[in-house]
Amino acid sequence: MADNNNNDYWKANIALIVKCLSIWFVVSYLFGIVLVDVLNTVKMGGYKLGFWFAQQGSIYTFVILVFYYARSMGKIDKEFGVNEK
Amino acid sequence: MDLQTLTFLFVGATFALYIGIAFWARAGSTKEFYVAGGGIHPVANGMATAADWMSAASFISMAGLIAFYGYGGSVFLMGWTGGYVLLAMLLAPYLRKHGAFTVPEFISDRYYSKTARVVAVICLIIASVTYVIGQMKGIGVAFSRFLEVDYETGLVSGMVIVAFYAIMGGMKGITYTQIAQYVIMIIAYTIPAIFISFMLTGNPIPQLGLGSTMADGTYLLDKLDQVVTQLGFAEYTTQARLSSTNMFVYTLSLMIGTAGLPHVIMRFFTVSSVKAARESAGWALVFIALLYTTAPAVAAMARLNLMTTIDQPTAEQNLAYADRPSWFKNWETTGLLKFEDKNNDGLISYTGDKKTNEMVKVDRDIMVLANPEIAGLPNWVIAIVAAGGLAAALSTAAGLLLAIASSISHDLLKGVWRPNISEKEELKYSRLSMLGAVLIAGYYGFNPPDFAAGTVALAFGLAASSIFPALMMGIFSKKMNKEGAIAGMLSGIGVTLLYVFQHKGIMFVQSTSFLGDMDPNWFLGIEPNAFGAIGALVNFAVAFLVMSRTAKVPAEVEKMVENIRVPASN
Repeated sequence: MADNNNNDYWKANIALIVKCLSIWFVVSYLFGIVLVDVLNTVKMGGYKLGFWFAQQGSIYTFVILVFYYARSMGKIDKEFGVNEK
Repeated sequence: MDLQTLTFLFVGATFALYIGIAFWARAGSTKEFYVAGGGIHPVANGMATAADWMSAASFISMAGLIAFYGYGGSVFLMGWTGGYVLLAMLLAPYLRKHGAFTVPEFISDRYYSKTARVVAVICLIIASVTYVIGQMKGIGVAFSRFLEVDYETGLVSGMVIVAFYAIMGGMKGITYTQIAQYVIMIIAYTIPAIFISFMLTGNPIPQLGLGSTMADGTYLLDKLDQVVTQLGFAEYTTQARLSSTNMFVYTLSLMIGTAGLPHVIMRFFTVSSVKAARESAGWALVFIALLYTTAPAVAAMARLNLMTTIDQPTAEQNLAYADRPSWFKNWETTGLLKFEDKNNDGLISYTGDKKTNEMVKVDRDIMVLANPEIAGLPNWVIAIVAAGGLAAALSTAAGLLLAIASSISHDLLKGVWRPNISEKEELKYSRLSMLGAVLIAGYYGFNPPDFAAGTVALAFGLAASSIFPALMMGIFSKKMNKEGAIAGMLSGIGVTLLYVFQHKGIMFVQSTSFLGDMDPNWFLGIEPNAFGAIGALVNFAVAFLVMSRTAKVPAEVEKMVENIRVPASN
C-alpha cells in the first residue's frame, strides 16, 4: 500500500519536474540562444526580444519556476500524505 | 573625506563586523561546524546561499565580461542562475532528506563504498581549489587598487580574516557572516548602478534603464551598438560567443556545474526540512537575481561610459592623454590599463582594430570597480564598492574552504581512516583542516593561473562532469550501482580535464600544454571552459554501461533511495 502510494507520489513529482524544466529550456536555450536572431526582430522598448530573454527574461522565469515548484510540491506532499508534520 | 580614508573606514567597519560575528557564532559541536546546527530559516539560508554563491567573479568580473562580450556574455547570466532550477528540483530536497553533513558522505551511503567517497572527495577538492583561486585573486585585486597596499599584503589580510571566522565558527559562523556579506554586496552593487542608470536614462531602476532612451531620445542599447560598431568592434547586442553551439553547451555546463558545486549544495543541509530546502532555493535565486539582472545594465552602461569618455565623433577630438582623468591614472599604476601612443598625436584612440588601437590593455576585471569613478560618482560610493567586492570574495572563499575542510576531516579522516575518533577530536581536526585549506588557497592566490572568471568557469566544468551526475543518478535511478558511479565520475572528470589541460597546461602550468598540432576548440568548436556538459554526458553514458555489466544494487540501498524520495514516511 505505502509502496504504491510512494510510487505514485514520485510519478507526480517527475511529471511536475518535466513540466518546469521544459519551460526552463524554452526561455533560456530556445529563446535566449537557438531562436535569438528570430526574436531579435521584435523589439520591446529598447530591448531586442531575444537579447532580453538572454540577459533578463530567462532569469525572471527561473525565479518563478522554483517558487512554483516548491508550492506545487507542497500541495502534492499533502495530497499523498507524505508531508513533514 | 578623501577616498583613501573612506575606503579604509568602510572596509575596516565590515571586517570588524565579521570578527564580531565570529565571536558570537562559535561552533560547539560537529553538527554546528558542518551544518550550522541544521535549523537555519529558509530565507536566511537563501541569503547566505546567494553570498556563498556570488563570488569575486560574479561581483567583479562578470559585468566586465558582459561589457566586452555583449550578448555573448549571456552564457554567464543564464548559466549561473539556471543551475538553481536544477538544484531545487533534482538535488537539494532529496539530499536534505538524507541528512548527510557533506556531499561525499551522501555518495558513500548511496553507493555503499568508501572508494566512491574518496573519488568524490578528490573531485570536490579539485573543483573547490580551482574555484577558490579566483576568490583569492579577487581579494588581492580589490585590496591593491582601493587600499593601495600591495597585492600580497591584501591577500594575507583577507586570508587572516576568513581564517578567523571560518575556523572558529565553521558553517555556523560562515552562515551569519554570509548574510551580512550579502547585504553589503548587494548595496555596493546596486547603488552605483542606480546612480548611473539615472544619469544616463533618467530611470533609476537599472533593469528598466537598460531598455530605456537616453537624453537625446535614442535607446541606450541602440546607441551602444552604434558607438561600438563605428569604432570597429562587434555589435553589442548580437555579438555571439564563438557559435550558437558553443553558447548552448557553455550555458549547459555552467548550469549543471552550479547545481553540482558542493559548497552550494552543502548550504541546503543547514535548513530544517525538505519543504524548507525547496523554498530556500527559491529565495537564494531571488537574492541572486537581484544582482544578476542588474549586471547586464552595469555592463552596457560601463562600456558606453568608457567609450564615450575616450572616443569622440571625430578622432581629432579624442581625449588627450595629458588630460586623462584620475581613474585612468590610478588603474594605469596597477598595470590593468595600458595606453600606447601609436601615432604619436597625444590623443587616445580606442578602436576595434588591433593596429590602430592605443588602449593596448583594458583588463575586464576593472570594469565594475572603475565604473563609479568613470561615471564620476561620489567617493563614498566608490568606497562601498570596494567593501562589496571584498564581501563577495570572502563569502565565497569561506564556503569553499568549509567544503574542502569538511571533506578532509569528515570524509577522509572520520569516514575512511579513523572512524573511531570522538566528536571532540573530529571538531579539532575539522578546524585544523580549515587552516590547511586556507593555506592552500593562499598559495594559489600568490601564484594565480588565469583571470578570475576563467578559473571559476573551469571549476564548473569539473563539478558538472563529476559530482552532478553521481548525485542525480543516485536519486533518480534506484539501479545505479557503485561500479557505475565510480567509473562515471572518473571518466567524466578525466575527459573534462584532458580537454582543458591540453589547452591550458597540466594544472595550468603553461609550458605543459599538449595540444600539439590540433586546432584550439577542436571538438565541435567548443571552448575548454564550456566542456563540463560533455564531460557529464560521458559520465552518464559510462555509468549506465558499467552498471549493466556489474552486480546489482543491494536491497537496502534501494530502500534508502525510496526513502529519500519522500519528505516523510506515512
